[in-house]
Amino acid sequence: MEPDKHEQVTSEERRTATPLAPPEAGTEQPEGTVPAAKRPSLDVKQFARLSRRELLKVAPVLALGIFAVPRVQESLLKKGLGFSDWASERLFRRGHLAPTFAETELTPFEKFPINDYDVDDPGVILKSWALTVSGAVQKPGEYRLDQIQALPRFRQNTRHVCVEGWDVIGRFGGARLSDFLKMIEADTSARYITVSCSDDYYESLDMATALHPQTLLCYEMYDRPLTREHGAPLRLNVPTKIGYKQAKYLTGLKVTNVLDKVGYWEDQGYASFYSL
Amino acid sequence: MSGTIVEIVVAKGDETGSAGRAAYEHPLVVRWCHWINAISLFVMVGSGLQIFRAFPSFGAKIPQKDLLNWPKAFAIGGWLGGALQWHLTFLWIYLASGLVYVGYQILSGNYRQVLFTRRDIPGVWPMVRHYFFFGKKPAATEAYNPLQKHAYTTIIGLGVLSVLTGIAIWKPVQFSWLAWLMGGFHWARLWHFLVMWAMLAFVFGHLVMVVLHGWNNFVSMLTGWKKDPEY
Repeated sequence: MEPDKHEQVTSEERRTATPLAPPEAGTEQPEGTVPAAKRPSLDVKQFARLSRRELLKVAPVLALGIFAVPRVQESLLKKGLGFSDWASERLFRRGHLAPTFAETELTPFEKFPINDYDVDDPGVILKSWALTVSGAVQKPGEYRLDQIQALPRFRQNTRHVCVEGWDVIGRFGGARLSDFLKMIEADTSARYITVSCSDDYYESLDMATALHPQTLLCYEMYDRPLTREHGAPLRLNVPTKIGYKQAKYLTGLKVTNVLDKVGYWEDQGYASFYSL
Repeated sequence: MSGTIVEIVVAKGDETGSAGRAAYEHPLVVRWCHWINAISLFVMVGSGLQIFRAFPSFGAKIPQKDLLNWPKAFAIGGWLGGALQWHLTFLWIYLASGLVYVGYQILSGNYRQVLFTRRDIPGVWPMVRHYFFFGKKPAATEAYNPLQKHAYTTIIGLGVLSVLTGIAIWKPVQFSWLAWLMGGFHWARLWHFLVMWAMLAFVFGHLVMVVLHGWNNFVSMLTGWKKDPEY
């Protein structure tokens, strides 16, 4: 094997290749004065012109500078974020389950973070609590917790990922949102469900995610009723979504085709469809 | 097209003399990809560090032990939501420039110039000796020496890893196998961070070499043509 020799040949071939821009007519050098007979040549001016032309061809890259213009920056970034959301929606698979974990992998309950945005306890009066259902459903109205708890209970050890970057593995229990939607005879061809909360937080889920088997109306964590800090008496647990989608202290649920607002954080500039 | 060498001549009266040579080193596609990638990498690193500021740790959330407090002045986006907008916008530009570059290199056969292969191994040590221990400079027979090839091959590998670790963080459920390969979401986030520093190490070395190799070398990434190549 003589790989070096082979390389020599190919680079020699390259050197004698036709130049990018042949000298213009009338400027050809008289025979014999060109230093390397085989080598194409350009005079200094031609080379300068060629270089300038090639430099100009790179100039369109400067178009990226538009991102530095304050007036258009915001709308461009919104479009970019929107494109990522669009891609997220394409990547979401209805039947694909989020990984589940063994009991030994659970983050201890006391180390499960409480991320609120204003209060740890919005003072829900548990005794008189009810979930107000509205929108594209056959059976709107008020639903008590025991009605939700009468639905089949599912428990899952899943990863909770916060947009900040931390993650914990928690144990969640509750009714499948899809079962609840069946109970209230929701029109599942509608595009979204939205939830309101007793602390003015609000969220929305696309219907595909709402119907996902791991999406729970969660009333238990670590096999115990939800504590006030974790959203008693009812919260969302959506292992296929980022943390801010998992609203606490639910008070209302609506099935709808139009979103006038997406969610508390989304409306401040975070991704609307943040599936994991 | 790359590899073409021309003679630059200067005419004085009837006499014609050589004013040096020039080599066409970087096709337009490569130059485009280089600068778009440079800009998007800058934005990805800057916004990534702002995202990191939201939870500057790789341990537990409770108790949180911060790894380093990265200054806001050296980050892009201003706040977590803003940084995510930059990150989730420029990732597509970053990805596109990488894919076009790799695709072009493969289809054009240009990759042979820069891909580090087994043949380049014997040339590594003499080059290291030259760069770091004042050894004699090995004769240049090709556009890129073995260490350059090594760097340009490694950076592509790091680029691929930056995307894969990023996907594992962004979509740890849809691409759970990818996150699993990296040891789970938690580890994928750490890998993503480490890959960034490795890429920054490349950028640092790259910029040092650009300064050392001078103006003609720098201009070649703009015009494609390098005046007075060493080969």
